[in-house]
Amino acid sequence: MTAQHSVTLNVNGTAHDCEVEARMTLADCLREKLDLTGTHLGCEHGVCGACTVIVDGAAVRSCLMFAVQAQGVQITTVEGLADGDTLSDLQQAFHDNFALQCGFCTPGFLTTAESVLAENPSPTRAEVQSAISGNICRCTGYVPIIDAILDTAKRRREGGQ
Amino acid sequence: MKPPKFDYFAPDSIESALALLTEHGEDARYLGGGQSLVPMMNLRVAAPSALIDLNGIAALRGIRIDEEDRLHIGAMTRTRQIELDATIARANPLLHEAAPHIAHIQIRNRGTIGGSLAHADPAAELPGVVLVCDAEIKLFGPDGARSVATGDFFKNIFSTALQDGDMITEIVFPAWPSTRRWAFQEISRREGDFAMIGIAAWFDLDDAGRISAAGLAAIGAGDTPLRLSSGETVLIGQAPGEKIFAEAARASLSDLQPGSDIHASAEYRREVGGVLVERTLKAAWERSS
Ligand SMILES: Cc1cc2nc3c(=O)[nH]c(=O)nc-3n(C[C@H](O)[C@H](O)[C@H](O)COP(=O)(O)OP(=O)(O)OC[C@H]3O[C@@H](n4cnc5c(N)ncnc54)[C@H](O)[C@@H]3O)c2cc1C
Ligand code: FES
Ligand code: FES
Repeated sequence: MTAQHSVTLNVNGTAHDCEVEARMTLADCLREKLDLTGTHLGCEHGVCGACTVIVDGAAVRSCLMFAVQAQGVQITTVEGLADGDTLSDLQQAFHDNFALQCGFCTPGFLTTAESVLAENPSPTRAEVQSAISGNICRCTGYVPIIDAILDTAKRRREGGQ
Repeated sequence: MKPPKFDYFAPDSIESALALLTEHGEDARYLGGGQSLVPMMNLRVAAPSALIDLNGIAALRGIRIDEEDRLHIGAMTRTRQIELDATIARANPLLHEAAPHIAHIQIRNRGTIGGSLAHADPAAELPGVVLVCDAEIKLFGPDGARSVATGDFFKNIFSTALQDGDMITEIVFPAWPSTRRWAFQEISRREGDFAMIGIAAWFDLDDAGRISAAGLAAIGAGDTPLRLSSGETVLIGQAPGEKIFAEAARASLSDLQPGSDIHASAEYRREVGGVLVERTLKAAWERSS
């Protein structure tokens, strides 16, 4: 039995080899081993959504997955959304709609919204509301976040993407 | 917080998972979707010495219909898949309707039906649906494979018929008559919260339009999901309608055993439980199936 496990994490299109203890969560591995600190940790027990990342297309809590479980999957973190210094359309819509204040919750909302929009490009307001029910924001009151996600869906439809 | 140390194994077969669990003693645990166990570890309420990860075992996944039209769902099937799968929507629309009430998308993307049943939270949705459908729970343990009726599975809060080493492998739902009426409703403070109380209901009609068979179950109304047999008895042989639904709701009150906690008082749960039985039956009846 080795206390350390070797794992290759595919994050935002790049493979990283890591040595981790079994108990290291995916969130901690991203933050501490890969220095991808965009993924935030709030509650560490699945309630706040700040740690949400996209694993093989699905939004998941990275505080409730261990890094050893992430061998062979494709992970997208908030760092994977922008193209260099150019914000993604969703990030730009958050900016345009004042959908963030302190920004602590934002990476979790962005990753959740990306995975939901990929599944359902034309969500209703109620569907967006439901989709972000697992993300807590202490600042915005949610309305601008919903607006930003709907705005992005609309822009993508009109842009023919 | 961070979870305490544990040894980790990722077997690819049911047999090797059982062997690993046995080898690592009574503090070793199976890891399903991790959406209940890992929060408990992070809060240090649980401290397993070893985790045997079931995520790599293909034999525990999959959804199929057998020759007798029964629906088989592998224990490691994710809640989100139960919500979205077209076969399930047809073969057990009650499951399909209850699934979106469970937590949030991110939790449903990982959480599994086997994990939910093994965890046995009395307010959880899937145990209630499994109970009201008289599903069979297939297990694999030190004495080999066996099967437990749902009515015998839930023993107490967070406690089931699972013995040391037992793994849930599959849940088998009886065939679903195409004319069956069904509904699932719950009351929770916010979307995704555990239900303060919830009701799952179905009934079948005979040629004369009378109820020939019925299932009623409550979640969040006792130490386990509860079958409301007094309410079911009232329904049998009757033509569906508001009056009989109200009578069934009144009768069901004697089957509810709600407790009080920070989310709701026992009185509230009892009162709302009665109203929900009536509403759920009405929704089942009004559904244009
Ligand atoms: C914020 C939040 C909100 C939630 N809200 C709800 C809700 O509203 N309704 C609801 O029902 N649930 C809710 N849950 C719990 C969630 O649905 C879990 O997914 C579920 O309870 C457990 O499933 P799992 O696969 O994640 O199991 P795990 O967490 O992996 O395991 C739970 C237990 O089951 C055992 N186990 C797992 N799989 C098996 C198996 N195949 N055989 C034997 N034992 C096994 C484990 O050893 C452990 O003891 C919520 C969770 C969170 C974090
Ligand atoms: S840190 Fe993962 S959900 Fe809060
Ligand atoms: S912007 Fe501050 S928590 Fe959401």
